Amino acid sequence: MDYLLNVSTWGLALLQALLFAALAPLLVGWVRKVKAWLQNRRGAPLLQPYRDLYKLLGKEVRVAHTASILFRAAPYVVFIATWLAASAVPLVAVALPTAAIADIIVLVGLLALARFFLALAGMDVGTAFGGMGASREMLVSALAEPAMLMAVFTLAMTAHSTNLASVVDAQLAGGLVLRPSYLFALGALVLVALAETGRIPVDNPATHLELTMIHEAMILEYSGRHLALMEWAAQVKLLLYGVLIANIFLPWGIAASLAPADLAVGLAAILLKLLALGAALALAETVLAKMRLFRAPAFLNLALLLALLGLLGHVILEVGA
Amino acid sequence: MAIGLDLAALALGLALASALASTLTVRAPRLLRLLVLPLFGLAGAAAVAAGLVALVQGEVATAVLPLGLPWLPWQVRLDALSGFFLALIGVVTFAVGLYGPAYVRGFERGRDPLPVLGGFAGLFLAGMLLVVLADDAFLFMVAWEVMSLSSYFLVVFHHDNAANRRAAFLYLLMAHVGGLAILLGYGVLASFGGGFAFEAMRAAPLSFGWASVAFSLAFLGFGMKAGLVPLHAWLPEAHPVAPSHISALMSGVMLKVAVYGFIRFVFDLIGEVHWQWGVAVTAVGSLSALLGVLYALVQNDLKRLLAYSSVENLGIIFIGLGLALVFQGTGNSLLGTLAFVAALYHAINHALFKGLLFFGAGAILHSTHERDLDQMGGLLRRMPWTGLFFLVGALSISALPPFNGFVSEWLTFQAALQAWQLESGVLRSLIPIAAAMLALTGALAAACFVKVYGVAFLGQARSRHVRRARQVPIGMRAGQGVLAFLCLLFGVLPTAVVDLIEAVPRQILGQGLPEATAHGWLWLTPVAPATASYGAPLIALVLLVLALLAVWAARRGTLRRARRCDPWDCGFAPPGARMQYTATAFAQPLRRVFALLFRIDERVERREDGSLRHRLTVGDRAWGLFYAPVARAVESAAARIVRLQSGNVRIYLGWTLSTLLVLLWIIS
Repeated sequence: MDYLLNVSTWGLALLQALLFAALAPLLVGWVRKVKAWLQNRRGAPLLQPYRDLYKLLGKEVRVAHTASILFRAAPYVVFIATWLAASAVPLVAVALPTAAIADIIVLVGLLALARFFLALAGMDVGTAFGGMGASREMLVSALAEPAMLMAVFTLAMTAHSTNLASVVDAQLAGGLVLRPSYLFALGALVLVALAETGRIPVDNPATHLELTMIHEAMILEYSGRHLALMEWAAQVKLLLYGVLIANIFLPWGIAASLAPADLAVGLAAILLKLLALGAALALAETVLAKMRLFRAPAFLNLALLLALLGLLGHVILEVGA
Repeated sequence: MAIGLDLAALALGLALASALASTLTVRAPRLLRLLVLPLFGLAGAAAVAAGLVALVQGEVATAVLPLGLPWLPWQVRLDALSGFFLALIGVVTFAVGLYGPAYVRGFERGRDPLPVLGGFAGLFLAGMLLVVLADDAFLFMVAWEVMSLSSYFLVVFHHDNAANRRAAFLYLLMAHVGGLAILLGYGVLASFGGGFAFEAMRAAPLSFGWASVAFSLAFLGFGMKAGLVPLHAWLPEAHPVAPSHISALMSGVMLKVAVYGFIRFVFDLIGEVHWQWGVAVTAVGSLSALLGVLYALVQNDLKRLLAYSSVENLGIIFIGLGLALVFQGTGNSLLGTLAFVAALYHAINHALFKGLLFFGAGAILHSTHERDLDQMGGLLRRMPWTGLFFLVGALSISALPPFNGFVSEWLTFQAALQAWQLESGVLRSLIPIAAAMLALTGALAAACFVKVYGVAFLGQARSRHVRRARQVPIGMRAGQGVLAFLCLLFGVLPTAVVDLIEAVPRQILGQGLPEATAHGWLWLTPVAPATASYGAPLIALVLLVLALLAVWAARRGTLRRARRCDPWDCGFAPPGARMQYTATAFAQPLRRVFALLFRIDERVERREDGSLRHRLTVGDRAWGLFYAPVARAVESAAARIVRLQSGNVRIYLGWTLSTLLVLLWIIS
């Protein structure tokens, strides 16, 4: 753990965290762009999410008479917790000290903290939609979290560690081997990511006034910089799941040392992976239709089943691995 | 050396003095808050001191009391395990000492018998302290019964209500069935060890079969007291009806005394443990955790909800203990220690946050006389301090970083994830499934407490009396504040806490957790740094710094401005309080998804005037599955036995005589 006391590694970790926040809107812009192409539209410019955020940040904030102090604090808590979770994920380089602050269970916990405040903020103004969104969000997350942790446990049992950097290291050291347990875990994690980031088929990020919505219903009362923070946090969360999938299951290219050349390769590699992943997400959202709410439990049960299969596959097939 | 024992004796004396002093409240009701409860709080402080001394010194102090039977004097002993639970009891008791005086003030003008409240609370505390200190089975059982009986009188305190009397009777009944099982368990150990003293029992040579019998009896007895599914039925009935500061003690502390008994019996007295027991304990623990939180989720009575949530948390503690048994039984003693520490950590966490939440429920009850969530709303603006402290409790119990509940669940996960070191493939795949159930439990707990907090404290008031809620007195806020502060402290400085707790496994299991705190106070590394690490202070620090930055930025210039307006709500008419989501509505999707596990009775009735009425009751499956058959069997047996009752005295005397003859024949 000697790298913990090194100032330059902490600096790099900070840079990586900033990069995370800076890249997040770009991924959303890219997904929207690809989706537009697939639907024979030209779509908004790639940088539109940045413009939206900038505009919202400058706008005046409106707060309902009935809102309490929690309503105004929640956007900050949600953004900070999500960002803190993201900063623990290896984006460009592995051996950074932030990975030692929080392992993947802490990461899930931080995301849960953000979600807790998001749901509370939804209920704060006392409107009909906010409570509905909060209730549904807690339903989806309650079912998604065990699947997520089971998928993670499969990795952790292989790598003998819940530390993300160690998991990535173990994957790199193992070379390109096909582990059935990893395939199942990947499937589970993809399904969980779709549900947790509010994408089709569980939620629809593109609509505002649809009775089946979840995430948008909770932030309906927000405006100005509060809304900007909420939107930004959602974008960071999407990027977080993308990086998690890309770097845990396909970690090749990530910088194992802190040499500038390695870092450049790492950055290029993750950008390429995210490009592909974003395109895949856009394709999936074009092909799939949104499910009604009470179909979502079946969807998440499938994720849980996959995770379970991965775990049993690991125990039965890969003992001693 | 014996200073710990002296302090414990002081705590015991203060508890008894508090009980004695409450007899004076017949004439002067004010003494309850001026004398009785302060003495009670002081007893708690003394217990904390005694416990800390025992934990830090890590030595064993024993003494023989000048009481008991002629050939069996009562022995007491203060070791690290007793010390840990003394401190746990003491912390909540101390907070009750702060909280109680203002809370009971409302009772002074009522018709409720105050000497009962103060006297039995003192005896209850003395009983719990003695259970933890007892060094022989005889004193243990006496103290255990004092604890159970005095708490019965506290449960039945508001005895005007028939439902309360019924709850208290159920509690008494189950406490005694459990007590009987424990007694039989001690009987097995005593017959092999040749004495009632714990020292003799430790040396008892037990075969696997007899050890398993003793274990099963202990698990049944202590599990019943701890409220494990399906033996939890008394708990959601009894906890809500007691006064709130007593609920905090019963739920936060008394259940932990059951945990203490289980640990003392299984890990210390039986001696050699077997992994098969661990499988049973883990399974029952997982089931309790999951069902407890699901039943909590559908409750609308705040205190009842908290009681069900105790079933959940005791389940989590027993998952940790079960894992410890599995690892110990298979020879992985370091991992056993890890799971054991996780269970102890969760025990103290639950005492802190459940005490805090019951205090919060009591504060709401105090200022609104309301326990029904669907009548509350908007309390955060009327009771900001209670709102803040309750939020801390809700975050802690939902296992969210950087609060204390997260640390213990994280440690439990870490222990479960080391299952790959086990030989048996079945165990290797079963333990992660238990961990997944724990994950589901945690997520559902978060949903449950979003519901509680969102419905009670946020939004708009749903009834007129809640709209008139006021701030509670300073003492009640102080009691909550102490526990809320400790929740945060135990979450931010886990290494210091683990350092302190470590004395217990060192003494009971002969092993500590040297790696856990080896990398400085910043990092908690249960197994090794590469395996997992959690820098709780750093996370708390970063959260704090960023939050302060945000506040600083928001205070400047144009950013400060925020114009008030009506809620938007998609442009509908201004939303009224009745348009908000209620607690029932919030839980509906989850209730529907897990419908199989509930006994749901939902119907729409058409009334005479043509209007429709929707009726929904959600019940506990355990009643139909386990209790109703027993109750039916007892009733049908009673119907047969009642024939003996002819009303003729001569026939009764004949029965008595023949019974005596049969007994004499058996004995000779």
